[in-house]
Formats: sequence, C-alpha cells, structure tokens
Amino acid sequence: MLKQIEGSRAVAEAVALCRPEVICAYPISPQTHIVEALGELVKGGELSSCEFINVESEFAAMSVAIGAAAAGARSYTATASQGLLFMAEAVYNAAGLGLPIVMTVANRAIGAPINIWNDHTDVMSQRDCGWILLFAETNQEALDLHIEAFRLAQALSLPVMVCMDGFILTHAYERVDMPSQEQVDAFLPPFDPRQVLDPARPVSMGAMVGPEAFMEVRYLEHVRQMRALELIPGWAEQFRDAFGRDSGGLLHAYRTEDAETIVVALGSVLGTIKDTVDEMRARGERIGVLGITCFRPWPANTVRDALAGAKRIVVVEKSIAVGLGGIVSANVRTSFAGHADTVYTVVAGLGGRSITRQSLARVFASAAAGTLPPLTFLDLDHGLVERALARERDTRHSGPVAEGLLRDVGLVAARIS
Amino acid sequence: MRKPFAITLDPGSSLANHTGSWRTLRPEYLDRLPPCNNACPAGENIQAWLFHAESGDYEAAWRSLVQNNPMPAVMGRVCYHPCESSCNRAQLDSSVGINSVEQFLGDEALKRGWKFDPPAAPTGKKVLVVGAGPSGLSAAYHLARLGHQVAIHEAGPMAGGMMRFGIPAYRLPRDVLDGEVKRILDMGVELKLDAKVDDVLVTQKAGGFDAVFLAVGAHIAKRAYIPANEAAKIMDAVQVLRGMEGDAKPLLGRRVVVYGGGNTAIDVARTAKRLGAEEAMIVYRRTREKMPAHDFEVQDAIEEGVLIKWLSTIKEAGEGAITVEKMELDEKGVPQPTGEFEELKADSVVMALGQDVDLSLLDRVPGMQIEGGVVTVGPNMMTSHPGIFAGGDMVPAERTVTVAIGHGKKAARHIDAWLRGEAHDPGPKHELAEFAKLNTWYYSDASKTVRPMLDMQKRITSFDEVVMALDETTALFEARRCLSCGNCFECDNCYGVCPDNAVIKLGPGNRFRFNYDYCKGCGVCAAECPCGAIRMVPEEI
Amino acid sequence: MSFQPIKFYQTGTFTVGNRLLPDNERSVQSTVRRTNSLNSGHRACQGCGEALGARYAIDAAMEATEGQLIAANATGCLEVFSTPYPETSWQIPWIHSLFGNTAAVATGIAAAMRVKGRSEVRVVAQGGDGGTTDIGFGCLSGMFERNDDVLYICYDNGGYMNTGVQRSSATPPAARTATTAAVGPTPGNVFGQGKDLPLIAMAHGIPYVATAIVSELRDLEAKVRRAMEFRGARYLHILVPCPLGWGHDSSLTIRMARLAHETGIFPVFEAEGGEVTGVSRIRRQVPVEEYLKPQKRYAHLFSPKPREDVIRRIQEAADRNIRKYRLLEEA
Repeated sequence: MLKQIEGSRAVAEAVALCRPEVICAYPISPQTHIVEALGELVKGGELSSCEFINVESEFAAMSVAIGAAAAGARSYTATASQGLLFMAEAVYNAAGLGLPIVMTVANRAIGAPINIWNDHTDVMSQRDCGWILLFAETNQEALDLHIEAFRLAQALSLPVMVCMDGFILTHAYERVDMPSQEQVDAFLPPFDPRQVLDPARPVSMGAMVGPEAFMEVRYLEHVRQMRALELIPGWAEQFRDAFGRDSGGLLHAYRTEDAETIVVALGSVLGTIKDTVDEMRARGERIGVLGITCFRPWPANTVRDALAGAKRIVVVEKSIAVGLGGIVSANVRTSFAGHADTVYTVVAGLGGRSITRQSLARVFASAAAGTLPPLTFLDLDHGLVERALARERDTRHSGPVAEGLLRDVGLVAARIS
Repeated sequence: MRKPFAITLDPGSSLANHTGSWRTLRPEYLDRLPPCNNACPAGENIQAWLFHAESGDYEAAWRSLVQNNPMPAVMGRVCYHPCESSCNRAQLDSSVGINSVEQFLGDEALKRGWKFDPPAAPTGKKVLVVGAGPSGLSAAYHLARLGHQVAIHEAGPMAGGMMRFGIPAYRLPRDVLDGEVKRILDMGVELKLDAKVDDVLVTQKAGGFDAVFLAVGAHIAKRAYIPANEAAKIMDAVQVLRGMEGDAKPLLGRRVVVYGGGNTAIDVARTAKRLGAEEAMIVYRRTREKMPAHDFEVQDAIEEGVLIKWLSTIKEAGEGAITVEKMELDEKGVPQPTGEFEELKADSVVMALGQDVDLSLLDRVPGMQIEGGVVTVGPNMMTSHPGIFAGGDMVPAERTVTVAIGHGKKAARHIDAWLRGEAHDPGPKHELAEFAKLNTWYYSDASKTVRPMLDMQKRITSFDEVVMALDETTALFEARRCLSCGNCFECDNCYGVCPDNAVIKLGPGNRFRFNYDYCKGCGVCAAECPCGAIRMVPEEI
Repeated sequence: MSFQPIKFYQTGTFTVGNRLLPDNERSVQSTVRRTNSLNSGHRACQGCGEALGARYAIDAAMEATEGQLIAANATGCLEVFSTPYPETSWQIPWIHSLFGNTAAVATGIAAAMRVKGRSEVRVVAQGGDGGTTDIGFGCLSGMFERNDDVLYICYDNGGYMNTGVQRSSATPPAARTATTAAVGPTPGNVFGQGKDLPLIAMAHGIPYVATAIVSELRDLEAKVRRAMEFRGARYLHILVPCPLGWGHDSSLTIRMARLAHETGIFPVFEAEGGEVTGVSRIRRQVPVEEYLKPQKRYAHLFSPKPREDVIRRIQEAADRNIRKYRLLEEA
C-alpha cells in the first residue's frame, strides 16, 4: 500500500508488521519519532502481544532487549548518537550473547561539541561490535531493511542494526510502499530463537570464558556473521519476488559498468551522488557509484568484484577516524585490487553539513584528474580553521575550539574572555 | 536447544569440579559425652532417653533409660540429680528438669505396665545377691538381663532397703517402690525375705552360687554421747524411719528435737511434723551453708514449719528439755564451743548422725579387706576375696540411692565378665561436651517447668507425696529443653549452613554424612552445630 | 513479620530444620527436596556468605514458584564463581549480561514472560552491593519506578570483593578496603551519609522491601516467600559476610551475620508499600566491638592505638537503628 508518510513512521509501521514482542523506548533525536509511533501502535492495540517499555536510559533499553530476547521474545529498540555510545557496553554484550535483537540507529553526530544533525560517527564507533550493520539509502529501503533484519537476526542468532540518516530520512515525508501483514508474515517466519531461558530446560547463559576458549568464541562469532554474506543476496531475491522491489542485498551498483571512477558511499547521500554521477555521465565521464548496504559483515569479495574495472575509487563518508582519516575507505582498500593510493577519502557532511552536487562534482573531477589529495574534507572552511589554528599558536589559553569558531562565523554575539 | 559454544552451559555441570581438594581442615561428626551423663552415678545415658522423650515416644525413652537403671519412678523422686547440677542449660537459663522427666517416664511405665525386654539366654551361672536395697536390686536386674540366675537374700521383711526404711513415704510412695521391685522380680529373680546371711561363704556354698554381690547397706545408727536423764527419750533416725513402715508409729511427743544436719535429719523432722508434733526442731552445729542436707530439702522442711537451730550442739538431755551450747566457726570453718548454753523444750531427741554397716557376715571370710567400717573393693567392685563383689553403702562412696544403683549395674557387668573369665572393659569415655563447645544461640529461651507441690495443709498432715509429677505436656516441654550436648539431634543445621552443599542428609535417625568431594573445610558447620557434634581436624595430605 | 518462630520444638526454634516438625513447617534448606539452585563445585571462597545467601534465597524462590523461575545475575563474585566455562553451578535458567544492567535484563525477561502469557514464570535479579548500589543503581531505580514484576536480591558484602576488596557505596564507615586503606589520621572508609538501598527502594513505594541475613534462615525464606506473593517490583537486601573482604575466619560467616543483627548494625525488617511492617528483634544484644573485633578490616580500631572515638560513632549508628526500628522492644 502506498503511503506518503514520515520516514520514522514508515519504519515504525514496518517494525510493527514484524510482530515485535518487546520494544524498549528512550527518547533521543532524531530517533524519537520511531518509538513514539510504536508506543502509540501498542497502546492503541494495533500492535498487540507486545510490551512497550519506557526505560530510563539507552543502556537500560538495550539491557531490557537483552533480557527479553534471551527469554525468547522478539525484541526491538532504536537509538542514535550519544544513546548508542551510552548503551555501548550492552551493544557488545548482545552480540557476544548472540541475541537476535533489531535496533534502528538514526545516525547522528557524536559530541562534543553537541550536535543533533546527521553523520555516521555514531554507528562507526560500533562498527566492530559484532552486530550486522545495514545502511538504508531511502525511506523505502529503511522500511524494507527492518523486515530483512528481523529475519537475518533470528536466522543467525545475531543482533542487527539498521542505520538510517537522522533527519534526512527519519524526518522526511516520502511516498513508501507499505507491505501487508500477510506479505511480511510470509517472508518472516515466527520467532524461534536458538537459545531461550526456560524453566523447562534450564541453561546458564553468559558464562565467564577464559583464555582456553575465548578465541574460539570470537572466531565462531565471526564465522556466524560472515554467513550473512551468503544469505543476504538470496534473500534480496526472495524479497524482490515477494514485495516486487529491490531492497537490501549487500551492495547497490549504479552505472559502474565501464566506470574508471567509482564513488563508494553509505546511506542517503547516495541519492545526491547518483544525481552528480548522472550529470557527469551526461558529460561523458566514466563514473559510477557503489552503495554499501551491508557494512558488517564487510562483503569483501563482492566489493572487489564490483570495483574490479575501476582505476580509482572515491569514498565519500560521513565519519572521520580522527588521527587516521576515512573509516569506510580503510575497508574499501582491503577490497580493491588497484593501488591503495588510488582510493581517495572524502569526509563529508559531518554534523549535518550539506553535501552538494556541485561540491561532489568538483572532487570527483579532481580525482579523475589525479589532483585530489588522499584525504579531503568536503567544503571545509579553510579560513575559519586557519584563524583557529593561528589563535592556538598565539595563545595558550585560546579557549574552546567550537566557541572560537562560532565567534569567527559570527554566531556568538557575546565575547568570551 | 542449539547452545552457543562456551557462553551457554548445561545446568549443574560444576559437579565436575571437586572443590574438596581445597581443604586443609576436615569436619568430622562425633559424639561427645553430655555433662548430665557424665555426672550420673547410675551411668544413665540421659541425653539418649531425652531424645526419644522429645519426640513423644515415651516407651522408647523408658526402654533406653532402663538399660542402665531399672527404677526410674523411684529415681525420679529420690535422686539428688547431679545431672541437673552439671546441665549445660543451667548456664543459659536453668537446667533441664531431667529428674522430673525421669519420674514421668517411670510413672508412665508403671501406669501402662511396660515390662522389661526378655533376658538373654540362660548362662547357667548362679549369683547370690545379699540385700534387697537399691544396689542389690540393680545388680540383680542387670545380672538377670545378662542371663544369669539370681537369688536375693534380704534380712528384712520387705524389699527396698533404705528406699523403704530410710526415705519417708511423702517422698517415695510405697506403691511406686513396690511396682518397680515387682518388675525386677518378674524377670525371674528369686527374693528371700527375712533371710539374714550370717556367713557369706556358707550361704554361697549351700546355694551353689558362682559369685556373690554384697549390698547389705548401712543400718546401724551412729551415736553420740549425751549425758541424759533417765526420763529423757532418745531415739535414732533409723529407728524412727523404720518404725514408720510398721503398724505402730513411733511416739515422739509434742516437741521433737532432731540432732544432725544430713538429709536424714530433715526426713525425720518432716516425719515428726506429719506425726503431729507441734514443734520439730533440728539442732545442727554448723551453718546452713555447711549443712550436708540438700538445699531444696531444707527449704521444703522450713516451709513445712520445721525449725532449725544453727551453730548448736546438745550438751545434755533431760525430761522434757535439753541443753544446747552455742557454737561459733573458727577460721577453718570448724565449730568451736562458746560456753553459752540454752535450754530447749523437747519431749524426744532423735539422733540423725549417720549410719554404720553390719559387716558380721564377712567375719569368716579370709583376707577380706575392711577399712573405716566399709569393705574395700577394686575398680571392678570385687572385694579382696575372688568372686565376692560389693556395692552400695557398704563400700567407700557417697551414700545415695543413685550411687547404689550405679554400683549394682557396674558390679553386675564385672561379675558377668568375671564369670566368663574375662575383664569387663567399658571402653574409653567420649570427650566432654562442655558449654563452650555449644552454639547456644540456636536454643530458644525456655525456663524450667517446676513440678507442682502438694498444698501445705495436706503436706503437714499426711504422708501424701509432696512433689507431684509433671503431666505429659509439661514433661514433653521439659524434655525438649534438652540441648542434646555433644550428640547430633538432626537439627539440619550442618545440612543447611554448608555453602557448598557438601552435607548429605541420610534421613530420620541416620544423621548426616560429609561429601568430601566438595567440602572446602570452611568450618561453618562445626561453628554452627548447636550441640557440638562436629569437630574440625587437620586434613591429611 | 510474616514469619512465625516455632516454639520449643526441642532445641530447634532457630535451627535450620527440626526432626520434630511436620514436613510442611520445616525450612526449605532442611529438606532433601531443596533444589540446590547453586550446586556444589562452585568456586566461591571457603565460608562464602554470598554462596550461602544465594542458595537460601533462590531455593526458597524455587519452592515458592514451584520451579518456575528465571534469574538474571550481575557481574561479580556470584557470577564469576558460579559460571566459569566449562561449568555452571546453576540449576535454574540463568543469565549474566553485564555489571550494571541486571535489573533491566530482568525487566526484559519479565516482559517476555508477560507477552507470552507465562504468568507462572517469575523473575529474580541478583547482584552484589556494587552491582546494586553503585553501577546498577540507575537500572534498579527504573525497574522499581515502573514496578516491573521482578524480585531484585542484593547480596551485600560491603565492597567490590571480586576485584580485590575495593570500596563500594555499601562499604561501612571505618572499614578498610583496598581503596580505603587503614593508614593516616582517619584510616578506613569515610563516615559518609550512607546509601540505604532498602529505604531508597521503599521510597519508590514498591510493594515489598525486606532485609535479611544468612544467620536467620527461616526469616529469610519467609521473606522470599512473601515477596513472591506480590506482583510488581520487590527488593530483598541480604547481608552476606565475606571472609576474604571482612578478614574473619571462614567458619565465622554466620556468626558475623548474627552479630551484625544483634548489635543493631544491620536492621532486619520488612516493608510493604513503603511502610515498615515488621522487624526482627534482637534476642541478645551485644556491643559493636564484638562484631568489629573478629574482622581484620576493623583491626586498626583496636591496635596499635585503640580508637574508642570511632567505635563510639559506630555504636551510635547501631543505637540509632535500634531506636528507629525498635529492635529491642517486644512485638
């Protein structure tokens, strides 16, 4: 059924169609609308047989989900940014215990300085926590990925995070095709977890494991996650058959055939990149796009195949590994047969900075011309940072960087002395 | 369930981990000797019979009791219960009323007609017991139990000895005594009354006895020289108390003076009161603290109106009056005359100064060792003449019914061994369960149940029993006050307090066992055992 | 008090069991049918009060729920000594997630049971004082406030013993720990304002709050039983002596708990709906020295220089408890 609704609402309705049994809610922008909508669905009775629990923190949210999942309930929560960091210990724990929890992360920057806008720093901090990480390009895909996530989680006994860009997707009203309950039920089997706390068959979960077996536990966790790479492509086909559209899968390649330059990115920015590529293609430039839907497990072989014909790769990523550079690009380099120097990192859109076609076209062209530096901060205000650096050089007590910059751009009226 | 490797485990699988290897000390169950048992002259296993009484199984309790003492109904009345004096519970609130429970069990047995277990198979041996007092009856009972043929020769007209002729009926009703004597005789013990043995060897030979137990008691009253007017009426306590058993009660007059400070003096004074004396006065040369009579008996006598003249000796007895001299204690506590005299009115004077033994039956026994008027016996109760054993008041010991009964048991066991050409070995005594070995926190506060007393008017006008028995509920309560010192009473504490579940409960009556596979030797069980029946010993490596 | 002491059954009023009692009046621990929820082979120290308290409480809960019980367990001694791979001592469905989230995990389990219509299955959460009064406090308070159907049991041994005896907010004043050394002019832990979790739990107005000690088993079991009669959040705070952290002989574990009660240092009471409904009275009151002396963590109060001033402050606190909870008065 086609609906013109907010992304958060679309995700909430999709999650509801997956028949979750326990939902833990704690507010944080830009995720909040999702759990608000779910709360309403539960309270109104539209989503029955579901416990909606208002918890006191994200740490509790994930912990309640852990308990519920361990006791055999399909569990869901959503968070963003600081919330993801606050629950980090439990995030790792859910993965280590192999609990099939699904969580939406409405991606947002991490403070300080505090910033509520979109980038991928939050999820990238948790990229190796043992969860399967899926990135949605559109609201339709966000909706669809949740249905696939629930199936994947229980098939592999692993938690799955569905990442959607905060505000850009969560708060955008778009037309989506909402599947019927029958369609979802046909695709997503009833919840049957690998292990469950049950007085009829007691087990101890979460034992302490020493050096004699810890490596093996981790190895098995890795092997289990890697199995997703085998399952996801087939399920994407099943999904197409069942729902009549392409969603999910490991990667989305766009106009990469014969491309000399391939741009790699995750999430909603792919739309802007595709538009840019279309314009450049129109000018005869051999450029294409590779969207990564499944970031963990990293589909190394599939990426390698997809990039095989390219001469250079430009990775546009909304996060920064401070002190290193790109995170996604570091992953891409492991899966590109060409020279590592030909994988360019473009850090873009941090803290909600707009990513424009114009700027993208400029860096892509620069990459094609061989003039792009290995690490580029898209649309960085060089004047601003130069002044701040100078200030730091001159004055030991130069004050907080963020406030200094804001003063320079004229957003802080009062002088801080 | 497809369980994840390592992080999900099967329940209870830690049983594979034998933590017993950590142990440096190991707990052990043991039985310690309860102080009551230790103090009992009759060698009763008091804690053991109280254990049965606690559960209301009075017959089992009685059967346990009579393994050592055949006369609990008597004992429950006349024993001075040193068990209670040594009872650990006294340090908590008050001692367990062991004596009253014993009386209850004894009375219950008489009421219900419980019989002794049948004796062992006949041994073909014959044993002569001389004297049907407590010691003789006790020996006869134990010998009969062991399968020996026993004949008692008693000089007097009735069995019981001092139990009958020394203890007034208000302390020991005669039907109780008769009942318990009869039960012994019912075992097949032969009793010859009015059969004074003049020469023990002659009697032994005539009857073909393989061994002899002498228990003739001490019936000859000691005298003190008192210048007396011819008209003065002077009697002795044995005479008076024995006279009570005949038809003609002694005539003591309106004012009776009893001279002496022992329990017998008290008995005579209280008897005099009951015979109608307006005034019964004990004259004793020392103070109450020094008096050999038991305090509770003195108390009872005073309650009944018996007067006591402390620190006084009788100097002279005349018609209707005596002269006493006031004494004072020197620094060693010995009374010394003061030269101060006083005249007291007295229709009669009864001397209660102790008794001597009539040893004439031993005159012709060669080598019989006698010292200080009593027969010397070895640790096995045998006199210096092989095959002749002795006990009770005629051997050196405290002269109480309980001691006598204990002698009888002890002698019987040695006679039995001697007849088989062996020596009786009672085995080493368990270590004492002293108060410090207990964890008394577990015992609830419960003060002693005191036996009811006859009302005063009846007390001084009749020979009805003064101290009345406990009823079943009070006896049960009293039995349950027992701390079970040193002996497991299956309270489940060790089973409950072990942090390692290393105690195995074996079910009612079977106590517990340690599971040394898991016991880490922490010692909590020993520390928390209420009755001190667990000890920690160094682990052998 | 929902617990009726048994009168004069032999010596057994306060013992674990009693051969003279009918089976249904005996303590769970005295029976051979007890579940030994925490089984032999665990790696707790000799004389561990927590191992004892946990078995007492969970066995009682198992009895009360007829075996329909799931437990969540915080990181800490109890977790580490009971479930090192490849063995577990637990005989019940049990999960360990993290140090600070046990109440929330239990909430999740309870939610799962509710949504599946398995109302007969009850949930306990358990942790040490660190996992309860410190790092797990937020989740615990949330669980209380929502009145989730969980019995939370805190085994309070007054410190982080698993990591080597460090101070927690439940460490008593003057006690030596590895992070409150017995040196300087004010040796040992500070005299803070305290963090009385039972009272904090009561302030949430939850249906049932109780304290208990391993030395009063029947009382402890009665409280678990009572707790299981309620739906909603319940809190049971059990004082469990720790031979390692307190520095007393391993055989004295129960004795130390008893002394904590009989000095007034640890009031044993229960409360329903935020109001105290019963206290376990002191049978034989003792001065706090008797409790302090056998413990090495208080050794600096007695030598080299006796600290009567400090002992007096501890006595005053105990006396306050006695007055506040009327621990010496007749019921």
